[in-house]
Amino acid sequence: MLDAEKIKATVTPVSEKDVAQGKVLSVRWKPDLRYAWDNGIAIGRYLQELKNGRIMAKRCNGCRRIMIPPRMFCELCWRPTDEWVQVKDTGTINTFVVSHIDWKAGRLPKGQRYYTPAVIEIDGASPGMGLLHLIDEIEPYEIKIGMRVKAVWKPAKDRIGAITDIKYFKPI
Amino acid sequence: MGFRRVAIVGAGITKFVRRAQETPKELAYEAVKMALDSCEMTIKDIDCVALGTAPDAFDGVHMKGEYLIDGAGGFRKPYMRHYVGGGTGVFSPIHGWYHVASGMFDTCLVVAEEKMSTCHPHPAGAFLTIFDHTTEQPIYPTLIWIFAMEMHRYMHTYGITKEEIALVSVKNKKNAMDHPSAQLGEEITVQDVLNSEVMAYPVNRLDISPTSDGAAAIILAAEHVANRITDKPVWIDGIGYSLDTAYWCTRDLCYPDYVEKAARMAYDMAGIREPSKEIHVAEPYDPFSYKELHHMEGLLLCKRGEAAKLTADGVTQRTGNLPICPSGGALGVGNPIAATGLMKIIEIFLQLRGEAGKRQVPGNPTCGLAQAWGDLMQVGTVVVMRR
Amino acid sequence: MYKRVAIVGVGSTGFRPTTPDVSYRELTHEAAVRAYMDANIEPKDIDGFVSTSEDFLEGYSISDEYCNDQLGAILKPISTVPGDFIQSLGQAVMMVRSGVCRIVAVQCMSKVSNVLTLSHVVGFAMDPNYNRPLAMHPDFIAGMEMNRYLFETGSSLEQCAAVVVKNKRNALLNPLAGHGASVTVEDVLNSEWVSYPLRRLDVAPPADGAVVMVVAAEDVARSLNEMPIWIRGIGWCSDTPTLESRDWGSAVYTRLAAERAYKMAGIRSPRSEIDFVEISDEYSYKELQHLEELKLCGPGEAGYLTESGATEIDGELPVNASGGCLGVGHLFDANGGQKVLEVVLQLRGEKGKAQIPDARVGLAQSWRGVPTTTGAVVILSNE
Repeated sequence: MLDAEKIKATVTPVSEKDVAQGKVLSVRWKPDLRYAWDNGIAIGRYLQELKNGRIMAKRCNGCRRIMIPPRMFCELCWRPTDEWVQVKDTGTINTFVVSHIDWKAGRLPKGQRYYTPAVIEIDGASPGMGLLHLIDEIEPYEIKIGMRVKAVWKPAKDRIGAITDIKYFKPI
Repeated sequence: MGFRRVAIVGAGITKFVRRAQETPKELAYEAVKMALDSCEMTIKDIDCVALGTAPDAFDGVHMKGEYLIDGAGGFRKPYMRHYVGGGTGVFSPIHGWYHVASGMFDTCLVVAEEKMSTCHPHPAGAFLTIFDHTTEQPIYPTLIWIFAMEMHRYMHTYGITKEEIALVSVKNKKNAMDHPSAQLGEEITVQDVLNSEVMAYPVNRLDISPTSDGAAAIILAAEHVANRITDKPVWIDGIGYSLDTAYWCTRDLCYPDYVEKAARMAYDMAGIREPSKEIHVAEPYDPFSYKELHHMEGLLLCKRGEAAKLTADGVTQRTGNLPICPSGGALGVGNPIAATGLMKIIEIFLQLRGEAGKRQVPGNPTCGLAQAWGDLMQVGTVVVMRR
Repeated sequence: MYKRVAIVGVGSTGFRPTTPDVSYRELTHEAAVRAYMDANIEPKDIDGFVSTSEDFLEGYSISDEYCNDQLGAILKPISTVPGDFIQSLGQAVMMVRSGVCRIVAVQCMSKVSNVLTLSHVVGFAMDPNYNRPLAMHPDFIAGMEMNRYLFETGSSLEQCAAVVVKNKRNALLNPLAGHGASVTVEDVLNSEWVSYPLRRLDVAPPADGAVVMVVAAEDVARSLNEMPIWIRGIGWCSDTPTLESRDWGSAVYTRLAAERAYKMAGIRSPRSEIDFVEISDEYSYKELQHLEELKLCGPGEAGYLTESGATEIDGELPVNASGGCLGVGHLFDANGGQKVLEVVLQLRGEKGKAQIPDARVGLAQSWRGVPTTTGAVVILSNE
């Protein structure tokens, strides 16, 4: 049997205050980690077409799925994918979240709209094929699973070939 | 299949805390020392070391496995790190099992460590880079989003309410009051969960396990060695693991296929046909309250959409027919990712030996399982153990 | 009682300084397709997978998430080893020996050209409390080790330079290699200091590339490939990570890993039983040091062997006929993959102009690079 008293003695808890007051010293290090990822051909064209205001998918003639994001090979059929297909910029909310925190788990400042990310099943892609994006132009807690939405694009001159060329999706 | 039977013969675990003064190496050392002492072995008796630890970003060290060598007892030994995201903790004994079952080594020290408090301002920041760098990261997602999405889809599909899910937090945090490692054992109500701060609807603060620092270790031995070390070996009779596609937006999030695949692999190996009858005690991974329910279904311990009802009926209490997370789980004991998975293995080890003290489930259990999960809601790892 | 294990399929993309045309997924996929074709299998025939990956080199936290699609491993048993490829191969061997899997695919990949701050990433592996605050380029560790190695063995800078000359020349014969060149000992000795006594040309330049291999149990191996390459012995080992107390002059981890591999393979006299080797040469002196630790020659002898031409492709003990890391490129945790690949191709007799005659038993060895003290050794044979 493991001794409870021994377990309790294994670590020394430290509070934020101990650190702030210098009772416990720590080494701070901000790493300089920078990357430039190659997108490859499929995602490369996907981004290029977002710049043009289009969402492109790729079809696999093996499983007949129309896939977004597009990919050069079908991970299920283990074969190269076939033709490019333009899909719509509308879709259906598969699931969503009302987030009161940012990506660092920090609370949002008062007055800032909650983040409402959703998985959106895109029209024209195979059922269940979704994208992660944000929903806006609706009160966060009024969003419903199954709701129909449409992409709101940045003005053409501001697009850079990124997923953020779509500002968000709004209900239709 | 021709492999050697492998037993767990010793275990050690640290206390789980929000922030430990100890370094990651020291945390690992504490757990290893306790594990060796628990079965009266020394580091010289250890043939090899299997290290489990999740993202390097937590501890803030590239090649964290290399950094941990001395603390984890790997000095001048065959030492290998394994990694399946959040499922790493329960994969640890699987990895160790391969070392011994393959006949390459007679004893294997399995260590799992995580020190999440190193990462500033909050370890959640380390999770931004788990998302696809091109198609998802520009939206600045956080880890809780995807789990809240899965929870929402699960609730929607089976018509399950937040109240029903909150019962998991209530049960586990209460169970944890009896666990010496526990960070968050407390008596709370469903109302407390629902009234706690909303993190990302439908997830509230008390639906989430805390971030923690901690370590755990176990010692595995081949049958001929195990019987010399202890008269109460606990056998690893089934292992299973499975990873689903990284294109998580294209999966139906209401059911964990990956857990079912992993469970079936482990059940086949252990010769289990009716899991809900043959498994006497289970420790599914519960970093979020709904995950315990989700995983019970994936583990085939109940029908799809039924886990909430079993919980409400008290079946999953320690005294129920199917005790789930008698340790207090990640929600109550704490969640230093990889160490949590191994904590669950240790809990089953103790339960099957009848050494769980106040946490002991009644009825002399002879078969139990532990399970973990992680990545982009993608991986299931399952270990079936018998007395 | 335990199953013998063989490599029945290999695939690689080749190794280039940059690969802007493909994503990391496509890079691995290409190697996987080749390996599966080589073994005459499809992903559905594979029982288990092992991938090799380190988070900060990929630029992902939990990088193992992104390892299975390109291998055809969806909803299959797959795990990731954050270690060298030869360690991953060790995991695959255990999976087959235990009987859980009959066929296992093992992957490794380098897309290091996408890392813009490589020295910071490598430096991030140093002890955060003791060493990192000194904020030095991680190559200094290799410099310190080289200095101590030269001191203890009496090896010379010229002998180290001879390694560079040989490996870069060998790489010119290797269509997969990305850093082949004709250089002279003078060129090496005239290149700039990186970290005395280490010069620019003593350091392997980074490269991209992927390697996938298929291993199988004996009962299926022969039906998949008419020339299975047998894994006779494999071992891995780690020494201390601390810079303050490590054995700077020798590579203890390689010695211990080799002892295990030799024992498993039943090899008593490595020099006479092993025909050729592919060993870790991220820095020129490492090839010499590792040759000695592998007991292929005595302490301090490796430099003379190199100068005498014994380690050339047509020499008595060919070393790094592929060009090694110096000639192929530093692939980080895929280094072991490139080395095992070369040994397999040599044992199959598929190396053309760079073919080592009568190659029957080969050894591949890897080291995880600075600042680590982890190495692995595998011994392969074609009979």
